[in-house]
Amino acid sequence: MAVSTEIQAPRSGRIAPEYKRHGRSKGNFEMFAWLFMRLSGVVLVVLIFGHLFVNLMVGEGVHAIDFGFVGGKWADPFWQVWDLAMLWLAMLHGTNGVRTIINDYAEKDGTRMTLKTVLYLASAVVIVLGTLVIFTFDPCPAGAAADLLPSFCRA
Amino acid sequence: MSKTPAGTLYRGREGMWSWVGHRVTGVAIFFFLLVHVLDTALVRVSPDAYNAVIATYKNPFMALLEAGLVAAIVFHAFNGLRVILIDFWKKGPKNQAKMLWGVVGLWVVVMVPFLIRHLTLAFTGGH
Repeated sequence: MAVSTEIQAPRSGRIAPEYKRHGRSKGNFEMFAWLFMRLSGVVLVVLIFGHLFVNLMVGEGVHAIDFGFVGGKWADPFWQVWDLAMLWLAMLHGTNGVRTIINDYAEKDGTRMTLKTVLYLASAVVIVLGTLVIFTFDPCPAGAAADLLPSFCRA
Repeated sequence: MSKTPAGTLYRGREGMWSWVGHRVTGVAIFFFLLVHVLDTALVRVSPDAYNAVIATYKNPFMALLEAGLVAAIVFHAFNGLRVILIDFWKKGPKNQAKMLWGVVGLWVVVMVPFLIRHLTLAFTGGH
């Protein structure tokens, strides 16, 4: 059997008018998604390399990570903003990446819509949950054993 | 009828394999990220719940998985910068293969000290 090399039209987003086979324009969404991947990517390299260095390489590395460590970091607005930016940029970057992959490989309309619905729901839950945790976190919860808490709770 | 999707042109070499590597590492990192936000969210439940789950990460087996995760992140990061250069630098497309070897070189330069430090910490117990 001869191998077909027919190239299918992209399933996502904007296509230059001369290449359009059917349907209407969806605006510039795909161009902004493309640009966002590059801009967020550069910022994420800095945020994630910094995150890994501070949490795994400094001091006792992974052994130091516990409730007190997280509480100590998030007592500082600097790390709250750092982690918030990392959460949102990484989740949107990852969600858009997986969206692209679903568009590439899921050929049936129904499969594609189902997978993308699951993806968007999971992403929304994780972004909202993570944001709430960063801002409603109590480093010194009442009733917890003092030796599990950051040192400033004893003051 | 062949079930092979039409229009899949495999060109091989640096361009295709870096693209495959970028996709595979990207998906792996994304699934880790979902779990990582959920485990960190346990700080909102109680110090004991968080510490109990984090304690299960502090063993040599998980240290090797972490090393794999960091290896994936470092490749995705440097190859992502290569993709940006291909898109925005005039000579980027012409130099894409050379830049991949630059990515691999930088990856080794970062991973060797990381692995020495992380695996030393993980296998010597810390406390």
